[in-house]
Order: sequence, then C-alpha cells, then structure tokens
Amino acid sequence: MKRMKLLFVGVGGQGTLLASRLLGEACMKNGISVLLSEVHGMAQRGGVVESTVMLGGLKSPLISLGEADVLIGFEPLETLRAISYCNKDSVVITSLSPIVPNMVKLGASQYPDINSLFNEIKGMVAGFYACDAEELANKIGSPKSVNVLLLGMLMGTGLLPVSMESMEDTIRTQVKPKTVDANLNAFMAGVNLVS
Amino acid sequence: MHQLLKTGPTTMLLLGNEAIVRGALEAGVRVTASYPGTPSSEIGNNLFQIHSEAPDLLYFEFSVNEKVAMEVAAAAAAAGVRSLTCMKHVGMNVASDAMMSLAYVGVRAGMVIVCADDPSIHSSQNEQDNRFYGKMSFLPILEPASPQEMMDLTKKAFELSEALELPVILRTTTRTAHVRGPVQLGSLPEAKKESGRFQKDAKRWVLVPGTARLRRKVLLERFEQAMSISDGFDLNEITGSGDMGIVASGVSRGYVMDAIDDLGCKNQISCLFLVMTHPLPEKTIADFVVNKKAILVVEELEPFLEEGIRAVLQRMGVSTPVYGKNGEYFSRMSEFNPALVRGAIARFLGCADVRVEPLAVSNMPPLPIRPPSLCKGCPHTETYNIIKETVIGMGFEENVLYPTDIGCYTLGVMPPIQMADYLICMGSSVGSSAGFSVSTTQKVISFIGDSTFFHSGVSSLINAVHQGHHFCLVILDNSTTAMTGHQPNPGIQYVPPEYKKTRVTIEQVVRGCGVRNVFKINPYKKDEALPVVRQALSLNDLVVIISEAPCVLYAKKVGGRR
Repeated sequence: MKRMKLLFVGVGGQGTLLASRLLGEACMKNGISVLLSEVHGMAQRGGVVESTVMLGGLKSPLISLGEADVLIGFEPLETLRAISYCNKDSVVITSLSPIVPNMVKLGASQYPDINSLFNEIKGMVAGFYACDAEELANKIGSPKSVNVLLLGMLMGTGLLPVSMESMEDTIRTQVKPKTVDANLNAFMAGVNLVS
Repeated sequence: MHQLLKTGPTTMLLLGNEAIVRGALEAGVRVTASYPGTPSSEIGNNLFQIHSEAPDLLYFEFSVNEKVAMEVAAAAAAAGVRSLTCMKHVGMNVASDAMMSLAYVGVRAGMVIVCADDPSIHSSQNEQDNRFYGKMSFLPILEPASPQEMMDLTKKAFELSEALELPVILRTTTRTAHVRGPVQLGSLPEAKKESGRFQKDAKRWVLVPGTARLRRKVLLERFEQAMSISDGFDLNEITGSGDMGIVASGVSRGYVMDAIDDLGCKNQISCLFLVMTHPLPEKTIADFVVNKKAILVVEELEPFLEEGIRAVLQRMGVSTPVYGKNGEYFSRMSEFNPALVRGAIARFLGCADVRVEPLAVSNMPPLPIRPPSLCKGCPHTETYNIIKETVIGMGFEENVLYPTDIGCYTLGVMPPIQMADYLICMGSSVGSSAGFSVSTTQKVISFIGDSTFFHSGVSSLINAVHQGHHFCLVILDNSTTAMTGHQPNPGIQYVPPEYKKTRVTIEQVVRGCGVRNVFKINPYKKDEALPVVRQALSLNDLVVIISEAPCVLYAKKVGGRR
C-alpha cells in the first residue's frame, strides 16, 4: 500500500485521539501497517491535541512541516495552526465550529477570520472539505460525535485504504455501547457530506 | 476482563505503555509499584486496574513517590519475586538514592525499572537524558523503538535482570510511550499465587561500608558480564552495506529507516541499530566502524552513544570521524522529526534532500494560542481567587511571592490568575518558601497539591516547623492526583467503592508535623473562606491553609460530592 500520513488536530475533550484510534483499528483489521502517535499530558485541560496516523509501513511516528497527506481539523483555529503541515497535494478536512480560546475571551487576542483564510487555502490544496460539524452533529441528534462525523468525512473522500464495513464495524466494537447508534449516524452523515 | 489479560496469540493495537504492561504480565511479574508521571502514567494506570480486577495475579500500588516505589519493587525482587517500577525521567531523580545502591545489592528475581524521558518537554520541567543514570549506576539499559519492542524488551529485560542479578532500565521516550501500533501478543503464564522468600545474607543485603566495598567489586564484575552480553545482544541490528555508517537507537531508528527510503540511498549506508545502549557493545561498534568513511549518530537529547563510540574508537586508535551533536548535524534540544533526520542524513551523504514546500498562506494573522487551562469549575481557581482577593484587601499585593508546585494548579501561572513565581521540582514549594522567607522581606504564600504534598512536601514542612520559618503554605486538596489522570494518593476521601486503602488525612499530617496554625477552607464557600484566609495571612508565623474540594472531573468519575 502507498504510504499515507494523516494529521489529526483538535482541542482537548473533542475526541481527537478516539477518532485516530478508530482509524488505526480499522486499518489493522484490513492488514494495513499502521502507527499512531498521541500527545497526552496537559491535553485534558483544554489545550491543543495532536495525533498522527501513519499508514503503509512508515516507521516515524511524527509528521514534519509540509509532509501531511491529509489534515483533519476538529476545530477551525487548530486547522489553521496546523496548515503548514500541508503541501499543495494535501487534502484538508475541517470543522467550521469554533471553540474560542481563553486568550480571546479575555480580549488578549483575536479569533481569526476563518472564512477568508479557508477560501484562500481551498485554492491551494488538492482537496478541501469543510462543514459546521457541531451544528450538523446536533441536527442529527449526535451532539457528542463531532469526531466521528469528521472521520466519516475522511471516509467519504475515498482516500482511506479501508472498507466502509470495517470502519463501521470498528465503531460498533470500539465506542461505548450506549453511543454506537449516535456514532454510526454521525459517521454516515460525514460520509454523505463528502461522497 | 481487562484488555491486557486477553489470551494470546492475537494482535492488538496497543499504546507503547500498554505493551510494557502486557510484556510484564507475560513475564509473570508479581509486584509492581509506581508514582504517576507523564509520559509513563498509563503503565501504572493499567497495572492499577489489573490489580483491582485480579488481585491474586499481581500486586500494584501507587506509592507516595518514586523512591518508595523503587524500594517496594527492589525488596520484592530481592525476595525472589519478579517486579517492576515505572516513572517519568525526573521521577528517577527522586528514586535515584535507592537505585544507586540497589545496584550494589542487586536482585534475585528479575526487576525492570521503566524510565520515560520527555524530549521537547511536552509535560515536564526539564529535558534530562536518563541514559546517564545507567552509566552512573552501572545498570544495563534497553531502548525500545516500537510498541512491539516495548513488549518484547520488557520480557527480555526480566531475563537479562536475572542473568546479571541487576535491575534493568527500560528507557522509553514520549514518542515510544505514546505511540500506538499492532502488537503480536504471546501467551500469559498460568497465574501462580506463590510468595517469595527473602533469604537473609547480611554480607549481601546490608550496605555497611565493608559490605558495600565487596558489593562494588561484584557490581563491576557484573558490569563486565553485561558488556559481553551487550556485544552478543541479538536484537542489536546491522543493516545495509554502504561505507557511510549510521548509529541510532529508540525512536530515531524509525526516522532513519524512513529517511533512507525517502532518499533512496540504501546502497550508500549501513546502519547499526542499538537496542541495548548500556553498556555499549564495544566489539560490535568496532567491527561496524571498520571500513566506514564516517559515522553519523542519530539520537535525541545528549550525545550519549556518540561519546561512547568516540571512546571506543579512541581506544582502538581509529580516527574515523564521528558526527552527531557537535554542532554540524543535530541539536541537543528537542525531539527529532522525520524531515530533520532526513535533512541531516542527506547532508551526511552529500545527496539532495527531498523537501516538500509547506503551504504558505499569505494573509495568516498571528493565531491566538490555546494553552491548557484550569477546567471550568475547578476548585483551584476558586482558591486562587480567594487568596488574591485577601492579599489585595490586606494591601500587600506588591510585596507577595508565590512559590508553587507540580500539578494542575501550576496553570495558575497563566493569566488571569498569575500566582506562580517559582517552581523547580516536586515539593519545591515548601523548601523554597523557607529559602525566600529567610532571604527576603516579601510575604511568602506557596501552593502545593495533595499528591505532591505526600510525594515530597512533608519532610520540608517538618523542617520549616523545626527551623521556625514564617510562610503560608496553601495545600490544594482536590482528593486525587488530577494532572496525570486521577490516580489515588494517601489523602483521598472520594474513592471508588472497591478502593479499600487506609486514608491518611492531610490535616493530621500537618498537625503531626508540628504546625500550630492550621486552617481549613472550602473554596466554593468564598464568604466563609475570606475571613479565615485573612486571619491566616495576618499571622507572622508558619501557617497552613488546607483548601479542600474534589477535582470536578474526578468527582464526576467516582460520584463524589461537593
């Protein structure tokens, strides 16, 4: 299989690590060589969370600037912060629902104008998929499944070397039993949005 | 059933730290102890859960600090029971007093010391390279590179430990501890509930000077033995046949392998990948270097391998150039990444790098930072606000100094709280308060959490009582070790029902240390707390304020009440 480097970025509490792990589990099931890295530690306290999914026999757990094949941003500011990990051939998937940092709430800095920046980025990369993930997740009754909704969007791009069934199967077995339906709904909503 | 107790053979996607636990289980570990610390915490967390679920399988405790955990594991191994302790890099500083002399008495059953370094200082107070502890203690070091190796080398470390009768250090880093990958599990041994038995032998186990001299000789002999094992160590690997040589260990091995693929330079390069990095395999290194034009050492943090290799070559009278940290290729600062290593290898070979141009967005404004912050509703925020309001009300806000300590509350350094002025290590709030109180006229108010107080605050508090130091210590008792993921400590009053351990209350300890002025507040009851804090801060004496309210996240987890 072709090597692929996926970078997941988000804010502590968004389920970024779960999303990358779900992808990792599905890849393993499909016999694809996979390596994930996770930043733990202070993440629980609302800081930036990053994880990587490295496919196809890569041995490095990290991605360098310009070298991400896919960037999945769970929060628009974090997508922007990580944009220099992309290059002209990268695919960007991002939520458009802001989580306003304390620094902005305190008036110490300004939340960027994401619309104009994303408009520019859209023209610079190979693929750009965005949605107001929180609003959509709320609308379909899965408010806590923004992470899986974005995973669905990633699935919808057709870039992943895993089958739809194995991804659904992984979600079914890996998330809390009570949340299986909400997560599968969110996943399908994401898939349909992109494909 | 705990996922790590599944019967093999099967493949699971495991975190490096989980793989270590599985390796220890497969090796039949019986006694385990730890103090939590990122990036090692998941090892203790999993052992804690396994012990709760299957107490007959193994013993585990969250000890009050790393030194105690080291001693618990050491005694078990002396009594013939396989043991493991794990800690973050700075935890080894705390445990080192025990470890340095433990090397002299050694062990009977295998003992593994897992030490997790944190290159780039993701969640620590420094970036020390703990491989030097191997040199100082003469203990062997294994450095895994992948989750599979985390498991395999844990098992190997137990065998090595028994062969040498020495504890073995398994040295991980953030990017091996927190990397997840497929791990092919082996089988678990049948659970045997056998006790160890300590065979008395004062000439071995009691380090009075005469014995210590004898044991030092034994240690040096064991080290010789370790050197020959290192030279025949089957997991040290040589690949390629080019005349430019690379030596690497740990996560750097992965960066090197990917770089060689990306650069298409397989034929120009040979690699020596070291797994046993202390003692160095001198003969292996010597054989590897013969016929090489130059050597590039790829290792994070300090030039540990590099200096060792130089010493070997110097003894052989070989002048092959060795590159690494001496300015040309790598910095001692920070962890590596693929492009950094690839660029260095390209320069080393004199070939073209395969750089990809990062996206440059033209009108990117400065982005607001998103540092971690205290959670919504956190009791620490309330305590900080009460102290701040009192200090302002009493008019000495220009003359107050806030030594702080290690835990979530260290985030009090951030705006808008900004009540953290000095911090070096676990427990330093109390000792440094003493120092500031005798060297300045500033009012000293310091902060320490419950777990950190038990870890290394108590002895400094006794010192402060005895010496007559004047400062106010605020103990932020949130009934858990919150920062590292809610591990229990001796003071906790909110516990899951299956947790039956004896509670040691902070107030009893503080009074037992001899502190006369002890105040207690509930940080959520500001109106009641304000006059208490005012009274406490008006005393020119040693004062302890215990601010007691459970961590909001932990309370949710265990159903504690506020």
